[in-house]
Parts: sequence; C-alpha cells; structure tokens
Amino acid sequence: MYPDNRRYSREHEWVLIESDGRALVGITDYAQEQLGDVVFVELPEAGTQLDQSQKMGEVESVKAVSDLFTPLTGEVAEVNQALVDHPELINDDPHDKGWMVRLASVDATQLDSLLSASEYESFLAELG
Amino acid sequence: MSQSMSRTALYDTHLSLGGRMVPFAGWEMPLQFQGILAETRAVRAHSGLFDVSHMGRIWVRGRQASALLDWTATGNISGLTQGRARYGLLCTHEGGILDDGIVYYLGPEEYLLVCNASNRDAVWRWLAELRDSRFQDTELDDRTMEVGMIAFQGPDAHAVMERLSPDLPGSLRPFRCASIQVDGVTVLIARTGYTGEDGFELMPPADASADIWKRLLETGAVPCGLGARDVLRLEAGLLLHGTDMNIRTNPYEAGLDRFVALEKESVYAAALRQVASQGVGRKLTGFRMLERGVPRHGYTILQDNLEVGEVTSGGYSPTLDSYIGLGYVAMELTAPGSRFVVDIRGRQTEAEAVALPFYSRRRG
Repeated sequence: MYPDNRRYSREHEWVLIESDGRALVGITDYAQEQLGDVVFVELPEAGTQLDQSQKMGEVESVKAVSDLFTPLTGEVAEVNQALVDHPELINDDPHDKGWMVRLASVDATQLDSLLSASEYESFLAELG
Repeated sequence: MSQSMSRTALYDTHLSLGGRMVPFAGWEMPLQFQGILAETRAVRAHSGLFDVSHMGRIWVRGRQASALLDWTATGNISGLTQGRARYGLLCTHEGGILDDGIVYYLGPEEYLLVCNASNRDAVWRWLAELRDSRFQDTELDDRTMEVGMIAFQGPDAHAVMERLSPDLPGSLRPFRCASIQVDGVTVLIARTGYTGEDGFELMPPADASADIWKRLLETGAVPCGLGARDVLRLEAGLLLHGTDMNIRTNPYEAGLDRFVALEKESVYAAALRQVASQGVGRKLTGFRMLERGVPRHGYTILQDNLEVGEVTSGGYSPTLDSYIGLGYVAMELTAPGSRFVVDIRGRQTEAEAVALPFYSRRRG
C-alpha cells in the first residue's frame, strides 16, 4: 500500500525526489494513524539548513507531541502552508496533500540509507 | 497489559468496534474508536456513547447515610428529594478536594455516590473512616463491578431514550434519576453527564451492559472513547480531578465555590469558612490562545517573563476551532481579557483569560 516512488525512514517520514531533483518530505500513513487527529504542526522556515536526521519541527495530536526529523540533508525551499490552517490534511492525505517541506540541495546518496516501500512495510510488520 | 488491570463488561465490545485500548486508572479503556475529533463532533451534533463503567459506584445506605454524605460532600445532601442528584466535592478537614462526584438519592435511606475511577479506593477508605468514627449506622457497598455505566450524550439522546423506554418519566429533567425498563432490563437512569450536552447516564446490571450498548448503537449513536470525553468536558469548562484540582486545592481556588454549602455542619466547614473570608491568592481560569499552539498540563504561565501560573488542562477545541485551556493564575489575571503567555516548550505563546464555560449548548 506504500507508494514505491519514494523512500522511507525508520522515524516514519517519506521522501519523494521530484523531477527537478528537489525532495518532498512528509510523514507516513502509519505515523498519522499512530498519532491520531493532528491539531498543530510546527515546520522550519524556508532557507533553514538541515542535516539528515536533524529535528525539523513538531507535530501535535490531541494527545501527544512528536518531533519531526528530516530524512535527508538539504535546504528548506518551501513549507506546506496549508498545514498551518489545516493540520488535519496530515490525517486525511499523508502521502500527498499532507506533505510538509520541500528540500533543495539534497544529497541523493543518502537515499541508500532509507528504506524502500517493501522494506518499510516489513519494518512495520516487525513493529506489530 | 498486566494482569492487575480491570476490564469493564464492555471490553470485548470495544475490541470488536476497533477501540484503541489504553490503561487508565487501573482499567483497560478505549481511548478512541474512529477518532477523537470525529467523536467529539458526533456528540455535539447527534449523540455518542461512552463506557464509564470504570467510575466508582458506591451505595450508601442506612439511617445515617445522608448525614455521612453531608459531613464530607459540599452539596446539601439531606435537602435533596428522592429521585434527585447533586454534584459536589468531597472535602477533607483541611478543605482540600479529595474527589468530585454526583450523589443520587435513590430511595429511603439509600444514596449512590459516583466518583472518579482514579479515586475510588481513596474515597472508599475516607467514607469507611467516617462511618467508623461518627456514622456507624451506615452501610457502604461498592458495586462498581456488578453495575455497568454508559453515558449516552448529545442532542438526539432524549428523543431516542423516550422511544426505547416508554416508561422514561417525561419529567426526568437534568439531575433527576429514575429506574426504568429497557428491553425488560431494569436500568437506573439519570439525566447527568460530563460533556456539556443534554444526555443520560445509564446504570444497568454489568452483564446487561453489552446489550444496552448495542441497542443504543443501533439508534445511530457513535461509540466514543476517553479522548473525546476529555475534549468535551474541557469545552464545557468541567474540571477533571487529579488534573485540574486535587487534595491540595480548595473549591474556592478551583472556582467551584457555588457547589459548597458552608452553613451546614461538616468536616470542611471551619477550613472553608476561613478560605471564604480570607480569599485566595490564585484561582483557576479558562483561557484561549491568541496564537496557534497547544497548551498542555504542566506548562508555565508567564507575564513580563515572571511565572504567574500553570496550565492544568488544554487542547484543541474542534467545536470552537481554537486552542483552549484551564490553569491557575494570580487572582488579578482571572478577569476575562487579561493577557498572559503560555510557555509551550520554550515558545512564548500569547493567551487571554476567558469566562467559563468555553462552550454551552443552545437550550430549547
């Protein structure tokens, strides 16, 4: 069920490399399901330099606060402003409209450290 | 889950409905079914069902039953007429709040106290101590495990109950209770709740709970978990014991002094008369965030970089589409419109005191 056009982290983020080489980042369907209703998102400002696995923001559900990590090194080119007013997009459409940041100047070699869709699904199966 | 966790008679029902079970006050309870916000909206718009069988149900019977309850419950219990219920606090000799709950006057020399699950043991010990020391002609009977409890809440609840039970007294107004038949089962029913909506709390025998629950589900009521219950009670400005008040808080600080009868003889009278005459230095206030951010229990409230209080409850209100909270602040900051800042994990976020409740239903 996880799209195989992208890579996944063990922290439940996905990253999709776009045709221009930039990277779209969001959280997985599993992550949004675990969180429950998302009511607040804090995302980095455009221009922020991030290193792989660095904390880039927070997502809050009704019951809990969770940190967001970037799966790749890069520079924040754009954030999804729609999430500020409509954090529920993360629950409704985590793999598309619920995207969080667009990264430029990414290091594509780091993709190898991430999981494929089938590897991520196996990882989820191990979590139970 | 450890083996010491209790399960309500509806445990299997919750699993079959996809309930996400969590430990709560020694019980395995559903946190949510379809989702906390959707469940909250369903209760405001139509109706929802909550398993509240984990709450303590202690019968108090005998010649001194009302005297015992009057000694510690802040409401005027001996002034109740049969078939009525009263919200109140159980206060100690120091005026601290041991628990809050509802006392139902069921019949001659027979009362029911419904208390919080987390305080059930402490309440039992306290009542037993009062019985042994002053009110020996009283029988205490904890029937939490034998009697179930289902809250059926929302604007549709009344019409549905009238249809399900033709003998539901038309006069069963808020804070009234009665014994009715539902599908041949005798159910204690009260027009009470913890959501800010119209609704009922039904107490069938535990082994009939699942059938009553199923019957109510068939009417279109949405199964709801503890998550929605917490959002609903916060929107309605209802405090949660252990979170918004505790044994070190008195009813005047908690803004619950309207539920305190001071004139009667009681264990708390001397302490609370003194509080009433001296006033309090801090008080619970409602507030709403002026910027986006989720206030949560334990966050510091600041003004001019000085600590002036602490958040006790908070969250996103789907009904109001804003972020709201409860907290204790210095007395002068409780006036509606007062500005302060909530420290949300290092982010200073503007807030404004507002009058409670945040939400009140249209009555008609």
